[in-house]
Amino acid sequence: MTSLTINDTPHVVEVEPDTPLLWVLRDILNLTGTKYGCGAGLCGACTVHVNGIPERSCQVSIGDLNGASVTTIEGIGTPGQLSILQQEWVACQVAQCGYCQSGQLMQATALLQENSAPTDEDINAAMSGNLCRCGSYPRLRAAIHAAAKRMAD
Amino acid sequence: MAVGKILRRGFLIGSAAIAGGVAFGTYRYLQPFENPLDPAAGETTLNPYILITAAGVSIITPRAEMGQGIHTTLAALVAEELDLDWQQVTAIHGPPAAAYLNASAMALGLPTAEYDDRSIRRVGKGAVRVAQKLAFGIQLTGGSTSTTDAFDRMRRAGAAARMVLTQAAGKRWGIDPILLKTEAGQVIDADGRSLSYTDLAADAAQIIPPADPPLREPANWRLLGQTLPRLDMVPKVTGTARYATDIDLPDLLCASVRATPFAGGTMIGLDTNNANTLPGVRQIVSLGNGVAVVADNTWIAMKALDQVDVTWSPPAYPATTEAQMARIESAFDTRADSTLRDDGLAEVVVEAARAESLSLVEARYTVPYLAHATMEPMTATALFKGDQLTIWCGTQVPTLARDTAAAHVGLDPDQVTIITTFMGGGFGRRSETDYTTQAAQIAVALPDVPIRMTWRREEDISHDFYRPAAIARLTGAVGPGRPEAIDMAVAAPSVLAGQSNRMVGFAPPLADKLLVEGAFDQPYALPNFRVSGHAADTGIPVGVWRSVGHSYNTFFLESFLDEMAHAGELDPVAMRLALLEPEHTPSARTLESVAAMANWGQQLPEGTAQGVGFCHCFGSSVAQVVQVSDVEGQISVDHVWCAVDVGQALDPGNIEGQMESGILFGLSAAMFGQITFADGVVEQSNFHDFDSLRMDRTPLITTRILQNNLRMGGVGEVGTPPVAAALANAIFALTGQRIRDLPLANAVSFT
Repeated sequence: MTSLTINDTPHVVEVEPDTPLLWVLRDILNLTGTKYGCGAGLCGACTVHVNGIPERSCQVSIGDLNGASVTTIEGIGTPGQLSILQQEWVACQVAQCGYCQSGQLMQATALLQENSAPTDEDINAAMSGNLCRCGSYPRLRAAIHAAAKRMAD
Repeated sequence: MAVGKILRRGFLIGSAAIAGGVAFGTYRYLQPFENPLDPAAGETTLNPYILITAAGVSIITPRAEMGQGIHTTLAALVAEELDLDWQQVTAIHGPPAAAYLNASAMALGLPTAEYDDRSIRRVGKGAVRVAQKLAFGIQLTGGSTSTTDAFDRMRRAGAAARMVLTQAAGKRWGIDPILLKTEAGQVIDADGRSLSYTDLAADAAQIIPPADPPLREPANWRLLGQTLPRLDMVPKVTGTARYATDIDLPDLLCASVRATPFAGGTMIGLDTNNANTLPGVRQIVSLGNGVAVVADNTWIAMKALDQVDVTWSPPAYPATTEAQMARIESAFDTRADSTLRDDGLAEVVVEAARAESLSLVEARYTVPYLAHATMEPMTATALFKGDQLTIWCGTQVPTLARDTAAAHVGLDPDQVTIITTFMGGGFGRRSETDYTTQAAQIAVALPDVPIRMTWRREEDISHDFYRPAAIARLTGAVGPGRPEAIDMAVAAPSVLAGQSNRMVGFAPPLADKLLVEGAFDQPYALPNFRVSGHAADTGIPVGVWRSVGHSYNTFFLESFLDEMAHAGELDPVAMRLALLEPEHTPSARTLESVAAMANWGQQLPEGTAQGVGFCHCFGSSVAQVVQVSDVEGQISVDHVWCAVDVGQALDPGNIEGQMESGILFGLSAAMFGQITFADGVVEQSNFHDFDSLRMDRTPLITTRILQNNLRMGGVGEVGTPPVAAALANAIFALTGQRIRDLPLANAVSFT
């Protein structure tokens, strides 16, 4: 049994402790915005925040999360109330198939929380673990810069 | 001359198909398809593309949204003519139906050159449409055909609906409809009174719509020709877009699948005792060539798959990459399956070059098998209840997915409902039906239980319908100032035969265009030019992979043209321009345009070089320049310039996005992509050994859109073909090393 907070809501989860957080989110709590891509920490599609740090949820066991605070894509904004980064994602028309975008947004949200004015090099360092087969990278980069600029203004 | 020969062949095929069409009866062809929409109480449908509800107008966009933005562009076709504001537009995929057959897709298989716009070829295409509608038609998203196929049809649907809605308003008010205007989903009279389309829908449905309503001139367009905000963008940035792996139903169980590692093989032994005892495992289902574990969650299902003890039948194909390539090479010894271009006397000129003053160039090129590696692995959700099967899936072929699943589980197609979801990437992979049929098999084994099936990434990489490995043998002769001859032979497993066999049970009796496209059909006025294709039987399943035959033939031909330019001491752009100009002016302008963008011919800094590639494909002309630099002995890919002529640009922002996408997809493959075999098993399994470009290696991309081509071309696949050759040519310019085997990372290292 694991007690944790997900998107500011307390949850008690009864599942085998080695179950990855990814599958608890998707299959037990029906938070399907977080995606399975590789199951091996290689693609970043399942990125969420654990205590404010971006983590691959396929590599985090639920048994290690007692008392943790988890934020998923559902926790950073909604269609009616987009975060600044999500607004810039829309303005730059970043997503194509969209499947990797939850992970990209969670990774980029963490980047901007840590670094309010990232350079291209900073963006490369933070984002290169997140794979996109549609090649949305140029627009993704533009959206991160645009969001950083707006947050600074 | 090149055109003459291509035309003659096109005519012969056209004639045969027309004769067939007449025999079947053109009358049937002319009948409108039944409207498949089934409106609920209070809803009205005016035609297969328009559903009007209390909330407004829903536009049916019956092509798969796999990232290419097609729902947005198709919805805009209807909204433009129907006078909807973009904020009012909602799009839904709709059911699989004959009304949504892709009339343009089958013409892709016609062995004619896409750039050749003579009327006789259109006759050929029209005949294929007849044949397709009568016998072979499927609802396909592929071949970069969605927009060209829908352009007239969906605008007409919007225009016809607008006319009947206006007439309904006129009747209600007792005013001549000619005095009424439409705006933002309303009919408005001269006094400013208005009636919403929702108010008028039921009345409008009683009026017979015009068959051929007038369409607006492009000069008057409000939506088309503009960059529109994508309809799927907000759902995709909030995690609320639903893919097939996200479907939630009461009491749902999760499943994953492990099929034989030996393509085409079967399961000859199965022991489920170990896996059955694992906590959370509910059932193990035999699929004939594999097993599915059904469990409380996906993690348990994926883990338990390794505990199932299975014996597979051994591989019945060459079991190593070396043996595979040898099998492909041996196809050169057989008679060519196609020689779709044979201008002049290529063989004679090449032979003469051996003895005379012409420069002779000879080369052998290879490309490997490639997986699609969509970000969402193969997934589907299915429920078998009563005698009805419902499958939620991302599919490029909903009618085929329905029919194939029905046949496998012994149901009639009308007992199977397909609900097409967003798909996490397609690139051609989701034009196959293996995974949708698996979901059907599992659901039928567990009646009344919704099953959500998600493949492991390892299953996805190792159970693909791969881009074929291919080999080219090229010989060429360059005279003073210009190339004189190219004799090109290609050997590869046949995508056309493989996919046709899976789709309709036989290979079409046509020359195999897909084997040689990107070569025979290029608008080069080369006086002596022969292209032959040799189909190889390798036993490895191959399928359509973004740009299909162009993905390898463009690499072969455009690299070889570069070799010829260097042998003849010609500028690679100027040499191509001289060949394009007499044959196809829009293609020449496209190449010229990219050369200007990249400032081709400039003095570049030390350790920097450029390479060029061109292709005419899917009705569009595309040219790219890649710039690379030497960073301490490693290659850095710095910038890609792309000029693309799409004839008519409906959504420039989306077209630019598709070029970026196609370029990065092609670069990933050119630099790193390869599927190899050992002991009959695919050696790659996940993104560590089948990786793609990441953010840090992504070059700058600059795109320019041209509109000189006379007809509209496609965009989804067009960005991919030229980039591999442009990069290899740039590396040659930088290092003097000519790399003839992909992926390039086997020969050089990238930063």
